[in-house]
Amino acid sequence: MFETTKSLKTKLLGINLSNPTIMPAGFLGVSADSLIRAYENGAGAVTTKSISLEERNGHANPTVLSFGYGLINAVGLSNPGIDEYVEEIKEVKKRKIPLILNTIGDDNQDFVDVAKMGEAAGVDIIEINISCPNVVHRKPYYADPELLSGLVQEVKDAVSIPIIVKLSPNVTNIKEIAKAVELAGADGISAINTVGPGMIINIETAKPVMAFKKGGLSGPAIKPIAIRCVYDIYEAVSIPIIGMGGITNGRDLIEMIMAGATAVGVGSAIYYRGLDVFKKICAEAHEWMRDNGYSSIKQIIGAAHES
Amino acid sequence: MSHNTDPNNLANNFAKYTALPRTVKIKKVVDETRKIKTFFLDTKIWAAPGQFIMVWIPGVDEKPFGLSYIGNDTAITIQPKGKFTKKMLGLSVGDRIGVRGPYGNGFTLKKNACIIAGGCGIIPLAPLAEMIKNCVVIIGAKTSEDLLFIERMRKASELYIATDDGSSGAKGYATDILRKLLKEKTFDVIYTCGPEAMIKSVFDIAEEHGIETQASLERFMKCGFGVCGQCVINGFRVCKDGPVFSSEQLRKMTELGKFARLKSGRKVTVKEYYNWRS
Repeated sequence: MFETTKSLKTKLLGINLSNPTIMPAGFLGVSADSLIRAYENGAGAVTTKSISLEERNGHANPTVLSFGYGLINAVGLSNPGIDEYVEEIKEVKKRKIPLILNTIGDDNQDFVDVAKMGEAAGVDIIEINISCPNVVHRKPYYADPELLSGLVQEVKDAVSIPIIVKLSPNVTNIKEIAKAVELAGADGISAINTVGPGMIINIETAKPVMAFKKGGLSGPAIKPIAIRCVYDIYEAVSIPIIGMGGITNGRDLIEMIMAGATAVGVGSAIYYRGLDVFKKICAEAHEWMRDNGYSSIKQIIGAAHES
Repeated sequence: MSHNTDPNNLANNFAKYTALPRTVKIKKVVDETRKIKTFFLDTKIWAAPGQFIMVWIPGVDEKPFGLSYIGNDTAITIQPKGKFTKKMLGLSVGDRIGVRGPYGNGFTLKKNACIIAGGCGIIPLAPLAEMIKNCVVIIGAKTSEDLLFIERMRKASELYIATDDGSSGAKGYATDILRKLLKEKTFDVIYTCGPEAMIKSVFDIAEEHGIETQASLERFMKCGFGVCGQCVINGFRVCKDGPVFSSEQLRKMTELGKFARLKSGRKVTVKEYYNWRS
């Protein structure tokens, strides 16, 4: 395991993490070996690929591109289905690595079934992902507090491990959604999923470049949106938040924690700085904290809010 | 403080992180065999042999291809497989495709080398043979009609050919020739690319003889730059850590020659994977 300094140790929903960085869903989560490798490169916890009940092939390529200031993706939630994927989960859990299962579904029962199988296979946290902008949703969970509350309650009743809900920034009032999720029994919130969707057109051929035509935006371009969303959510709820969106260096991590995050997702930064970005960010955050007189990240959670 | 903590650092460098297809015209098409064509592009891509580009046919799909010619005469060589390659083979001079890259690591050049290729595995190895000069090249294929770049390799190397049916060169496998050669001489490095069963055999032979291997591997790919995790073999990303892997890395791959992943990420046997790809 990657040893970080004491100052970065933290606890998320009862789980001890060596540091607050978490590899979010969609990055390298296809195989157990990749998740293990991210952990060995410093991630405090890792998240699976988004997993559904049945196998999904996703969209045609291009599915992931970089427009410079960030990434655009429309992978389309490709995954082998939970029946197959439990083998990867078991492989990761043999190493006692903190693991979040990102679940997707068309209806409440899909989410419940996937969550139960994930719990049985040994995951630590269930993440309900209702906010992917790259598929046609059968139910608009992400923007409908009532519908979402029903889902959260059903999953909460079905499993005994903590559940978190991944929220979309593409809503009018994220505070309202966050409150509904907390009231329905969620143990935490992760925010944000990708922004948009956006579109890139190749002007020589006059064609959208992504095969799905549009795709969700991530990376440095969306960081201020992510910071604002986490800031808003922190004002609205008292459950812990995993903040993510464009976190690329140690200063970004501190900023996200000051907005109100307990732990911080680091994904697109793998492209900018390599797989060992987790170690790099931790070293930078530690250095900044030392220089500024902080001994624990707990001291700075939500520091940007007026007390 | 390292430069990476400078909040302005990435902002100053965003242009270099752009990874979008740029459109280029096809400037020449060469028929290599009855089925295989080389497409020379109206662009110069300077890459190490073994590096690949992502090729986009607007509205169809995007796929990785190793460069068969590099630099002034940049080209890709296409064999018919699925929907994408069939569409590509229908394109002519003046048509536009999108390219991004080059990506991946490429081969490390060494002297006293043996290059061993199965079928279209010669594509990324051909520019390598031309750069090394005076190396041994062994090409294996099903029949004489499936042999690619024979004249090109004859000019650049000491060439050996094996076909399954004996219609050209020796009857049998390329690895039979490798074993025979290793009785008389040794090499400092063996470069290989082709069907994974062959790569595995080549690697096993190289290990027996204590010779370094550099093998170019293939998996279904999405981003091409190391973030999505689709093209992994064990924990190794073919697009970013490869596509060329060292002996040390190959030793750690328990999936080599055994398992690969479909588009959904489902792990299947290499045989099932090849059936899906063709």
